[in-house]
Amino acid sequence: MSRHIISVLLENEAGALSRVAGLFSARAYNIESLTVAPTEDASLSRMTIVTSGSEDVVEQITKQLNKLVEVVKVVDLSEAEHIERELMLIKVRAGAKEREDMKRMTDIFRGRVIDVSENTYTIELTGDGRKLDAFIQALDQGAIVETVRTGASGIGRGNRVLRA
Amino acid sequence: MDRIKGVEVTGAEVVVRCLQEEGVEYVFGYPGGAVLFIYDALFNQDKVRHVLVRHEQGAAHAADGYSRSSKKVGVCLVTSGPGVTNAVTGIATAYMDSIPMVIITGQVPTHAIGLDAFQEVDTVGITRPCVKHNFLVKNVNDIAVTLKKAFYLAQTGRPGPVLVDIPKDVSAETCEYHYPETVSMRSYNPVRKGHAGQVKKAVKLLLDAKQPMIYTGGGVILSDAAPQLAELVRLLGYPCTSTLMGLGAYPATDPLFLGMLGMHGTYEANMAMQHCDVLLAIGARFDDRVIGNPAHFAQNPRKIIHIDIDPSSISKRVRVDVPIVGQVPDVLGDLLKQLRQNAQPADAATPLKAWWAQIERWRAKDCLHYDRDSKIIKPQFVIEKLYEVTGGDAFVTSDVGQHQMWAAQFYKFDQPRRWINSGGLGTMGFGLPAAMGVQLANAGATVACVTGESSIQMCLQELSTCKQYRLPIKVINLNNKYMGMVRQWQEFFHGNRYAESYMDALPDFVKLAEGYGHRGMLVDKPEDVEPALRDAFKRKDELVFLDFITDQTENVFPMVPGGKGISEMILAEDL
Repeated sequence: MSRHIISVLLENEAGALSRVAGLFSARAYNIESLTVAPTEDASLSRMTIVTSGSEDVVEQITKQLNKLVEVVKVVDLSEAEHIERELMLIKVRAGAKEREDMKRMTDIFRGRVIDVSENTYTIELTGDGRKLDAFIQALDQGAIVETVRTGASGIGRGNRVLRA
Repeated sequence: MDRIKGVEVTGAEVVVRCLQEEGVEYVFGYPGGAVLFIYDALFNQDKVRHVLVRHEQGAAHAADGYSRSSKKVGVCLVTSGPGVTNAVTGIATAYMDSIPMVIITGQVPTHAIGLDAFQEVDTVGITRPCVKHNFLVKNVNDIAVTLKKAFYLAQTGRPGPVLVDIPKDVSAETCEYHYPETVSMRSYNPVRKGHAGQVKKAVKLLLDAKQPMIYTGGGVILSDAAPQLAELVRLLGYPCTSTLMGLGAYPATDPLFLGMLGMHGTYEANMAMQHCDVLLAIGARFDDRVIGNPAHFAQNPRKIIHIDIDPSSISKRVRVDVPIVGQVPDVLGDLLKQLRQNAQPADAATPLKAWWAQIERWRAKDCLHYDRDSKIIKPQFVIEKLYEVTGGDAFVTSDVGQHQMWAAQFYKFDQPRRWINSGGLGTMGFGLPAAMGVQLANAGATVACVTGESSIQMCLQELSTCKQYRLPIKVINLNNKYMGMVRQWQEFFHGNRYAESYMDALPDFVKLAEGYGHRGMLVDKPEDVEPALRDAFKRKDELVFLDFITDQTENVFPMVPGGKGISEMILAEDL
């Protein structure tokens, strides 16, 4: 079992997402996260799926994705050099006592405070999943009010491109 | 191209014109609220004929049987809600066996979608896992191009059913009619030719083989590659076996054919499959009913060449050494070209002779033997007589269970598209409606539906359709008063506890057939089997329902128990 990050370019049509999600549940493939949004070409969507499985299973996943009629291209980014980023919004307790510490921690992780209330901060943090995990670990667990994560988006390094 | 400038037609008329342009002869369907405009448009023309089934499952199976026996796309038309859900079993059946079909379904009007309207169901959602692709058409201007895409998708690449869902208001709106001559989709580009380097590797492996085996499946039939397959097998002189779905692709009466393989395959086919050193798999997918336990199959080392149109069928259950993705006729054509140029190495004959000698020893076991002196009708005997009486030239449909396996084992199919059965999904109720489609596609041909007393009751209502359209099908009912295959598994694996597999309160099938306006015959003695069949098949203009009372204790052998290896067979003599 190893972690794979798969990029899918597909027609930006109603129902395309459900075909992908349905494929994963029907064939009992793991799905850790899935993100999708239209690309610069509004007729195409780009999806990033983080999954895990044996080599055989991941080979089947890419083949089955390719078989979907609306899928234009599939690439297993983890086969070569790639970059992945995930966005997290995290709301933490930040009363008078904690404010200073919380701001410093945010700076260390190169996050930004994007909303402030009397006793909370909302922090925006980008990075790979491990960095976001590390930030959560670094906080006093009682300080966390709410978290929301997008799941990973990925792209190949250098000249490695995925286009229609 | 039929372009009517400035003439506005309704969406329903567009549907019917598209069907005409695709050369559709028959639409199998059942009307209802959401498709009334389409039925109205059908009523106003006579090019596309409609066949009214008695249940939407029958429509899908009939379109399926029509397609399997004719190479054409099967078409069915059903209404929203229950019309669709009833058809789902038939759609899933076609999907599992890769049958090209177009299913047109009515939907509630666009403004009512999502409001739990009367007869509303999420058709695209409910059918998504059992179609090659589906569409919801929300704009009347999109109907023509969507149907063009549907027919294109259904019959190219790995074929399959494609569903087009049309809301009622969309079928009533008007637009200018234009049917595109071609269609292309950037996300869908099925391959034809196999990779030349892979073909070369395959040729070398095949020529160096000492214990070769050729294993063929439904893909050979679907891609019409029977002539190329026959040439290949004869050129090499290698043994050939077939899956349930591939029967008829290579002539069953030819000595190079070892019979069907798999759970109820012949001893010689299964043993050769396990012990071969080079395996050429063509349009087959190593499924659980074919190779049994993949770990057991992998115990014997062998090189595998796998030709298939669908990359996802390759290395799914069994690791393959030389994958070749392409259309079977094209790939076999390329293989043949190179094989003809490469003379057989001089020493190749000896190991091949030894391999054939081994196969003949396996064949000598005569694994399909049964008691021919029985005083009770043996089901195998009925199929053998059916084969004789029809001269091996019938289209044979079947339902699912013991009768299906006996038909596959004992009717020797020499031509493709003659054996019509639900292999993948294993749908009881398939046989009779499929036979309707077969008979309509092949007017005047001999069509037999081999069934059992349990299966036939699942789509029995179609006897009425057969009457309406005068379809002279011969129903061969192997009646042992049990769900035979269930009973067999209960005997073997559940301590003879026959839980709910006894079919009590059976109808009098003769009277039942007569009630539908057909002829019924009861046959309960072995000596009456052949005369009854001869009598029935002489009646070219009527459906005859032959109710054969057969041995309740008969089992299908050989049998590979679930989870066991392909060579771990139970034979009749073991018991």
